[in-house]
Amino acid sequence: MAVSALATGCQPPGFFDGQNLWHEWVVNFFPRIGDSICRGMGGHADGGPPNWLIYLVLGFLGSLIVVNIAALGVPFVVLLERKLLGRFQNRIGPNRVGPFGLLQPVADALKLMTKEDITPAAADKIVFALAPLAFAIPIILMFAPIPWADHASLANLDIGILWVIAVTTAAEAGIFMAGWSSNNKYSLFGAMRAVALLVSYEIPLVLSLLGVVLLAGTLNLSEIVLDQRFAPNILWQPLGFFVFIIAVSAELNRAPFDQLEAESELVSGFHTEYSGMKWAMVQLGEYAALIGFSAIIATLFLSGWKGPLWIPGYIWLVTKMAFILCAFIWVRATIPRMRIDQIMAFGWKFLLPLSIINIFATAAEVIAFPDALPYWLIPINIAFAGACVVGMAKLLGFQPKTRKIVIPGRPVIGDDTPGRIVPLMRGGN
Amino acid sequence: MTGEYFTDYTAVLVATIAGAVMVLSGFLAAMVVSPRARSAMKDIPYECGVVPFPGRGWTQTHIRYYLFAILFLVFDVEAVFLFPWAVIFLGPEVASAVFYEMLVFMGILFFGLIYAWKKGVLEWR
Repeated sequence: MAVSALATGCQPPGFFDGQNLWHEWVVNFFPRIGDSICRGMGGHADGGPPNWLIYLVLGFLGSLIVVNIAALGVPFVVLLERKLLGRFQNRIGPNRVGPFGLLQPVADALKLMTKEDITPAAADKIVFALAPLAFAIPIILMFAPIPWADHASLANLDIGILWVIAVTTAAEAGIFMAGWSSNNKYSLFGAMRAVALLVSYEIPLVLSLLGVVLLAGTLNLSEIVLDQRFAPNILWQPLGFFVFIIAVSAELNRAPFDQLEAESELVSGFHTEYSGMKWAMVQLGEYAALIGFSAIIATLFLSGWKGPLWIPGYIWLVTKMAFILCAFIWVRATIPRMRIDQIMAFGWKFLLPLSIINIFATAAEVIAFPDALPYWLIPINIAFAGACVVGMAKLLGFQPKTRKIVIPGRPVIGDDTPGRIVPLMRGGN
Repeated sequence: MTGEYFTDYTAVLVATIAGAVMVLSGFLAAMVVSPRARSAMKDIPYECGVVPFPGRGWTQTHIRYYLFAILFLVFDVEAVFLFPWAVIFLGPEVASAVFYEMLVFMGILFFGLIYAWKKGVLEWR
């Protein structure tokens, strides 16, 4: 199988007989280059270098592209974010370095490289140095199953969705390592909050994906894209999309869920003690996760690399990712940071019931129409999603009820009547 | 089939190595380029520039994190069961029995959530 697949892998795209091999990623992404490398190395069954060498070289090329999407994409996403945040706040944003501030990422990288790398004396030094590694590497692995075009993913994993969830959750261990090893109270609080946030939003994140899995009947990301050939999943799964995009922004520790790095109280939380290149790697992991999750959202809900016009798949995917990135930045610029009790209540009481409702509504639709969902379900789905969100919000109430806050053994410290400030974080963080 | 399986995960392994090389080469470059000027004041934990509050950095944290961890465990195990269920749902032998079985399973867990809600576990106190 491997030998015959290798031989077909050297053909131009279009000759693939449904075999998804990871070196086709390179061949598909850069048809001329990948093909000529494959041919130049003698990619045939008889003669030439051994097959494993060709696999290794092509796999390394694919990995290089993935790593560079993270390493080169992140600075420009940071620049985009700073520019857009500036515009949202009626400023200009970075515009000094290069034309329109385009060279700002280069200047930032050089600055970070020439900063002193400080490790606090009281820190757990080995864990402190390992934490950026443990944070950045899983985030890069998250890009592995994303299909950039037809048959063009680094690894066409059959457990694609589970892989993405598992790997991004593993990155959270890096956050806790960083916060714990710093031996700083604020870092530890930030890390504990990160874990609490992850724990609360992991459940809605996973459950809201199940609607997509039910419709596609597979966890493979390439097959999920092919399953959306009639209409993108956002039309069938508006409620799932709503829950997923909120849970993702909590998973990414972005505003309004950036309680763990609240600058005003925790001095940026788990990476307070990091400086220089280690800080740069933590930041790279965070923004690479943002890019990766926008690719996942585009793949799962916006039909990925597929588009109505004949434009290469990766251009469609990157366009959709850019829209999602701008939406994330817009949310960050608009919504203020929530308190941690509000965040936890929102995750457990609002998103979790909604995601469970979504699963059973989708399952009922699939049972009713086992072949394909009819198009007239789309407006019904959207109306149903809107009704669920509004109904749940009405049920929970927008305002907390007035209540006396009593701590045993201490005097009453306040009540929720307007005009009085109530200390809401009591008994430590 | 097994060939594809292994090549896919070989790619993942190579990507892991490439990621590690990227991060470590960044560290290496910084080690060569960056200045070094140690001082006692830089070595203390950063607490907005003032001398740190006395006590260990590894403070104790509140019990409520533990309660959320238990709830998370329950629902994450549930999610593990739901994934294979969702994958086979569209299969050739779609039976509504599969649907109702999962409805019962989820109903029990949902009851657990409501119990925890009424007990006040979901309040961040």
